[in-house]
Amino acid sequence: MTLMDQINVTLRKFPAWVLYLAGAAYPMWLLYSGLTGGLGVDPVKVLEHEMGERALQLLILGLAVTPLRQFTGLNLMKFRRSIGVLTFVYVLLHLLVWLVLDVQILSQIWADILKRPYITIGMAGFIILLPLGLTSNNWSVRKLGPKWRSLHKMVYAAAILGAVHYVMVAKGFQIEPLIYLGVTIVLLVLRLPKRRMRVQRA
Amino acid sequence: MAHRWKNDLTHADVTPEAAFLNRRHFMAGLAGVGLASIAKPALAEGLEPNSWEEITSYNNFYEFGTGKGDPVEYAHLMKTDPWTVQIDGLVDRPGDYGFEQIMSEMTVEERIYRFRCVEAWSMVIPWNGFELADLLNLAGVQEGTKYVGFETLYRPEEMPGTQYPVLEWPYKEGLRLDEAMHPLTIMATGIYGKPIPNQNGAPLRLVVPWKYGFKSIKSIVRITLTDKEPPTSWNQANGREYGFYSNVNPEVSHPRWSQASERKIGGGLFAKRVPTLMFNGYEDQVADLYEGMDLSKFF
Repeated sequence: MTLMDQINVTLRKFPAWVLYLAGAAYPMWLLYSGLTGGLGVDPVKVLEHEMGERALQLLILGLAVTPLRQFTGLNLMKFRRSIGVLTFVYVLLHLLVWLVLDVQILSQIWADILKRPYITIGMAGFIILLPLGLTSNNWSVRKLGPKWRSLHKMVYAAAILGAVHYVMVAKGFQIEPLIYLGVTIVLLVLRLPKRRMRVQRA
Repeated sequence: MAHRWKNDLTHADVTPEAAFLNRRHFMAGLAGVGLASIAKPALAEGLEPNSWEEITSYNNFYEFGTGKGDPVEYAHLMKTDPWTVQIDGLVDRPGDYGFEQIMSEMTVEERIYRFRCVEAWSMVIPWNGFELADLLNLAGVQEGTKYVGFETLYRPEEMPGTQYPVLEWPYKEGLRLDEAMHPLTIMATGIYGKPIPNQNGAPLRLVVPWKYGFKSIKSIVRITLTDKEPPTSWNQANGREYGFYSNVNPEVSHPRWSQASERKIGGGLFAKRVPTLMFNGYEDQVADLYEGMDLSKFF
């Protein structure tokens, strides 16, 4: 058995709910820290940024599942749904922190969504994720059949929107958001060659 | 000329305990100047100064990194002794002015100012400092001067954030001469009666309370008096978002967010936003500087 086989066997022993549990514990811990002064003097911004950045990381992890299996043999398929669901939950929490704790004022929220491109883009990403989050269950997979797969390909668009949203939020020239965008683009480009081959054959 | 302005914000009656301890320490240092005695009910509500901890652990000082916690973590690397300020351009007595030499000539006062960041958060800060006008007069402002340019220290080996091209280094800022000579405009050298910490711009920094915080340039090493509008860092980086004037104005949005309201630092997770005041509440003192100007054009 190769090392990768061993890793895969070990990973398979972990039930997916472990991921849900850890994923749920983290925002709760953040909230507790925010209430008890553990997030510094501006807990709202820390909470908002943390949920956004973690959501982007989960989104990237979800996109990495297939390439990782193709190129390294690491099999995370069992966890792909939980990664996806947690991505959606974190994006939702990021949005809620922004709505309820940060901007607060309803008229201003609407103005921001319509007038500020980075918020428009972020909202578009969320709206795309909404049906994906709601159909991340066995019943929907059965019900939608082949349509489920094409629906969930929308995550590619959401990933680009999310990464661009982060780049646009940054003040000045900052490297970190560009790294996220770069990694996202690479993960999407890795999915292209097959299609190109098909075009050649045709 | 010192003492041209009296604090309208007061050390309020209702004070969080942590801040109170800080403040008692500070008040003792002031030896009963009696600043706390003038109560202004209209202004007192929620306007007590932020705590030392808040003011000195939540900073934008990109030379040390773009995170709010980076300056407090890395600014100790910056050597502030010895320190000289080069004053040049249209002045009678250009040259290098040592920090001690400057301090021996200046009258330090306490100024409790609102501080409004362009990112829509705010604090109230009890600065100690002297009027910029006094320093400029020390160097002798020549006729024909229209603007004052400022530069922050740029020492890459002591400033880890400068290895990234977030902005063009050194950081630069500028004021119109009348703004620079205004009694509200100070060079801060202390907070709560203590020497200003490195992360807040030691040993001396500008404070222009009616403008967004980034105009209040930190750790100044050069002041240049000129007849042309000097280049300023954020304006150079993104002129559409950051104007030369950058006066606090609730009616002129930043392209990426509204400036109509602000989050007061220190209110915790569920603090309500408060409306932003025109010229950050200093309209009576400074509005005449901009008479006849279209503030949405000269933002």
